[in-house]
Amino acid sequence: MTQLPLATIFLQAESFIYVLYIIAFALMIQGLRGLAGPKTAVLGNRTAGVGMAIAIIATLLQQGEGNWALIALGIVLGAAVGVPAARQVKMTAMPQMVALFNGVGGGAVALIAWVEFRSYGSTYGSHTVEGLSTKGVFLERIVEHNAAPSTYIAIFSVLAAIVGSISFWGSNIAFGKLQEILPGRPISLGPAQQIVNLVLLILALAAGVDLIAGAHSELLFIAMLVLAALLGNFVVLPIGGADMPVVIALLNAFTGVSAAATGMALNNPALIVFGMLVGASGTILTNLMAKAMNRSIPAIIAGGFGGGGAVAGAEGAGEHAGTVRSTSAADAAIQLAYANRVVVVPGYGMAVAQAQHAVKELASELEKRGVEVLYAIHPVAGRMPGHMNVLLAEADVPYDQLKEMDDINPEFQRTDVSLVIGANDVTNPAAKNTPSSPIYGMPILEVSDSQSVIVIKRSMNPGFAGIENELYYDPKTAMLFGDAKGAVGEIVSELSEL
Amino acid sequence: MILASVLTTNLAILVLAGFVGFIVISKIPNTLHTPLMSGTNAIHGIVLVGALVALGLPGLDGLSKGLLVIAVAFGTINVVGGFLVTDRMLDMFKSKPKPAPEQPSEAADGQQSQDGGAKQ
Repeated sequence: MTQLPLATIFLQAESFIYVLYIIAFALMIQGLRGLAGPKTAVLGNRTAGVGMAIAIIATLLQQGEGNWALIALGIVLGAAVGVPAARQVKMTAMPQMVALFNGVGGGAVALIAWVEFRSYGSTYGSHTVEGLSTKGVFLERIVEHNAAPSTYIAIFSVLAAIVGSISFWGSNIAFGKLQEILPGRPISLGPAQQIVNLVLLILALAAGVDLIAGAHSELLFIAMLVLAALLGNFVVLPIGGADMPVVIALLNAFTGVSAAATGMALNNPALIVFGMLVGASGTILTNLMAKAMNRSIPAIIAGGFGGGGAVAGAEGAGEHAGTVRSTSAADAAIQLAYANRVVVVPGYGMAVAQAQHAVKELASELEKRGVEVLYAIHPVAGRMPGHMNVLLAEADVPYDQLKEMDDINPEFQRTDVSLVIGANDVTNPAAKNTPSSPIYGMPILEVSDSQSVIVIKRSMNPGFAGIENELYYDPKTAMLFGDAKGAVGEIVSELSEL
Repeated sequence: MILASVLTTNLAILVLAGFVGFIVISKIPNTLHTPLMSGTNAIHGIVLVGALVALGLPGLDGLSKGLLVIAVAFGTINVVGGFLVTDRMLDMFKSKPKPAPEQPSEAADGQQSQDGGAKQ
């Protein structure tokens, strides 16, 4: 130590690293504040990026002799995967991307917890009555020369391992569903599922408690990781595609909280602060999404919306003896061209068909004719929070034309044509009118208030919720059957011939 | 005493960071929720720091080192990928000139008043 140059000692001093961390926190929080508006968001994201870079550099300074080759190897590998993925991902594939990134974060947390256990798991449970560790002094570089009581470290480490493992596997399943590697419909063991999940959770926690109490068995630790992994799989597999926005937000919160737990275990404030920021974000989004679906988070996790809802939906379907009126692209074009105001209601169907550019083209064409075009965005339209906004932004739709549900709903009465593109459940009046409907109480876009409605849809198949949509039987509604992109394209070409 | 303060200090940081997160993030509009999610992907890339700290633990064997290299790679994917993709996305939001200012507020009277009342 005495041979080290003064500068090195200074750079590795704990307080210097803490000062850097504090600067990083300020930049990160300031960056997140920038996300409050589209104009400040780019700068905000970059500010947050600088904050992250400072936190990483500060930690690297602390490395001392360090495992530089290993660090370089990991960073090069990560960059080789992360950079091309971020550059090439299509905006329609953002939900998958976010799910995958969530999983990767959770996976890292679980791996770190495992290594912690391998490294000093032998001290778990060895604290004395005073709460002092009787064994090894670990992390002395960070905790200075105080041996931290091992119990709380063990608790947070085990917690991080369980939550991280759930998040990793759950996110991978969510990715598989969104990428359509796995079927989007709910897959479950039926009613036994919840019991199985509960048993898995109890077993994982029991293993964790045993480890904290001093079971120095790596096998038990691995078993705990596997139990949590199974739980992650079983929790997400039964969740249908339409519930994905909630699941992704929830997994995001899990990853954040597990990172914060790792921070507690490693006594690292950067992990605690950044992890909690993510945890808060994920929690807020989860609540917003669940509220927008009028469903409780436990009910969504219990799963099987498509499965459970189908029964109730079938009853509702019988009541509809009404007829469905279908229209042609030419008629739709005329109707739209002579409207004063058109509200476009996009849904997942638009994302699947990648129709956002065609929609924008249609809107420009209509605006040229003096038609006012607005977009009504339901909070859970698509497969993740804000999904529609990103797609429309990609197609260059000005963001002030994108209206949130509460702002647009009073406007439908003054709307001539509502053009529903690949959205279903979020427009279903049953949510307001039919107490027996599984989606009763869910806030919807009240398109049936407008003068007329055109629905572009591939077929009469019900949406993910498996519920018949009364809107389609409304005499005001005309159905234009076809793929969203194709149908919108046809309307555009009909329009130009008018 | 000193030992207890490590835990309590960290708990204080944890709780306060949670509150700051709630306050700051509640102000982010629905429009930007997808960039927020990819942004938080980048932020939980802080696990990279966790992996770096863990690499300083005593007595790492080959397997531990291998696991941590994967953790470093995962963290890097989060940080680099998360910030890049968020930047790409936000550029799309920024690039447009703002056309006409808001007009709908005045026109409708009846239902608008309660709506406006709730907001102000």
